[in-house]
Amino acid sequence: MVLFDFSDYAELIPLVQNSLIAGLLLGLVGGLIGVFVMTRDMSFAVHGISELSFAGAAFALLLGFNVVGGSIIGSLFAALIIGYLGAKAKDRNSIVAVLMPAGLGLGILALALYEGRAANKFGLLTGQIVAVDDPQLFSLVLICSFVLITLLFIWRPLTFASVDAEVAAARGVPTRALSIIFMLLLGLAVAASVQIVGALLVLSLLVTPAAAALRISSSPILTPLLSVAFAVTSVIGGILLALGAGLPISPYVTTVSFLIYVVCRVLEKLRARA
Amino acid sequence: MSLPSNKTDFVLKIKNASLAFGERTLWSNLNLEIKQQEFIAVLGANGSGKTALLRAILGQEKLTSGSIELEGELVKKGSTKIGYIPQHQNIDASTPMRAKDMLLLGLEGHRFGLPFTSKAANKKVQHILGCVDAHEFANKKVGQLSGGELQRLRVGQAVIDEPDLILADEPLSALDLAQQKVIADLLDQERRDHSSAVIFITHDVNPILNMVDRVLYLANGKFKIGTPDEVLRSDVLSELYGTPVDVVRNQGRIVVVGAQDQDHHHHDQEKWQ
Repeated sequence: MVLFDFSDYAELIPLVQNSLIAGLLLGLVGGLIGVFVMTRDMSFAVHGISELSFAGAAFALLLGFNVVGGSIIGSLFAALIIGYLGAKAKDRNSIVAVLMPAGLGLGILALALYEGRAANKFGLLTGQIVAVDDPQLFSLVLICSFVLITLLFIWRPLTFASVDAEVAAARGVPTRALSIIFMLLLGLAVAASVQIVGALLVLSLLVTPAAAALRISSSPILTPLLSVAFAVTSVIGGILLALGAGLPISPYVTTVSFLIYVVCRVLEKLRARA
Repeated sequence: MSLPSNKTDFVLKIKNASLAFGERTLWSNLNLEIKQQEFIAVLGANGSGKTALLRAILGQEKLTSGSIELEGELVKKGSTKIGYIPQHQNIDASTPMRAKDMLLLGLEGHRFGLPFTSKAANKKVQHILGCVDAHEFANKKVGQLSGGELQRLRVGQAVIDEPDLILADEPLSALDLAQQKVIADLLDQERRDHSSAVIFITHDVNPILNMVDRVLYLANGKFKIGTPDEVLRSDVLSELYGTPVDVVRNQGRIVVVGAQDQDHHHHDQEKWQ
């Protein structure tokens, strides 16, 4: 069993070019949207959305439809339900807890019925090995660009609504509409991440980097930048490490992401003591 | 002091406004026109409709009848012409917002588009930090500020975009007397500097007594409008409440004794010390 093997590395890199581009985009999107996931207290919701996204993708696989499409449908469905029924954090948690096993169960059913390659099945839950084909990359670029552009456009009002909702509403910020738009963006970001890291590990891209960044920064500019840097490091680092072993990328991505979080917590402690 | 706006003489016009929830009428036929720089205190017991009035001005509560106009236009859901000061409440310590960020949100948090902050905006934040004496904690997280520091900042956040109207919802509650005075004086100064009208909801008129132009007193679905001397009198409030109420003036402070809370769950005497 080899966890790392970097002979022939130079020949391998071009093969994962698509994955690297996808990883870069996901790191960017995940790092940015993660900051809002944290300030809006929606970490658990992300997990719920990703399970429904998995169910959508699994059914698409079973029925021979586009997997990315299925994953987006599942994601958006979950995001809208959670957004609509779970305006309050308490309601939201219970709705997510109800949706999550339902989605996971349906997804497993679809996979059990599916008779294609086992790697396809497993990939949806725990991430792909290294292969991101061109059409898949194209859809990722499309989704990620849309999320990024929209997120930047609503950045300030969304920040205001997320950290100071009552005053934001008084100043005319459409807090309700923003929260629905945010849920849609989150759904898309989750669907995109499911393609790469798998449904079970989406949190490592959409939550962990932002959570780590918030440990060491409270600046509204530095925090998202750090979060993006952490997310990109996790994905790209994970892909490059996985390449040496021929194992799925997700354990590497999640481990890098987790280690960054631990380091940030330690830094925070040290700084508090200083 | 700047000249009155040329658009309209009044910042806010409340015309024949009524608000009822089912059977219960909070207030009806309320008429109130507020001039620039005018300081209005809204008083009344719990459940008398003070906060509902504020929500109606913010377009968040639909009037049963009548209308409210801000700068000549019917109110919409929130407005950048309004600066809002909420009641003091603790902000979660993990919220990634520093004192100066809160001011910046007050200035441009409502704007869509790429989140670039101009030099002018940063300069304005620095200026307001000075006005509300917040330079010292400008880089502190808002979740770590004391109640007094946070409310000082709230005043700054409310005035930074030079609003026509400042709405304050019990901004002094949960503060000690010394802090109440600091915040009230600050608000008075800032609204003069920015020539904004103020609607100030409060249980206790004393911290703002020397700056109040008119009082709107809500009780029992009725109301009274006038200067503090016209409204805060035993005979006037007794008539409003329909029961004997004593207004005691002592060392420049006003205490209302015997005003029953409209909330029938508790019949404690309500006091404004």
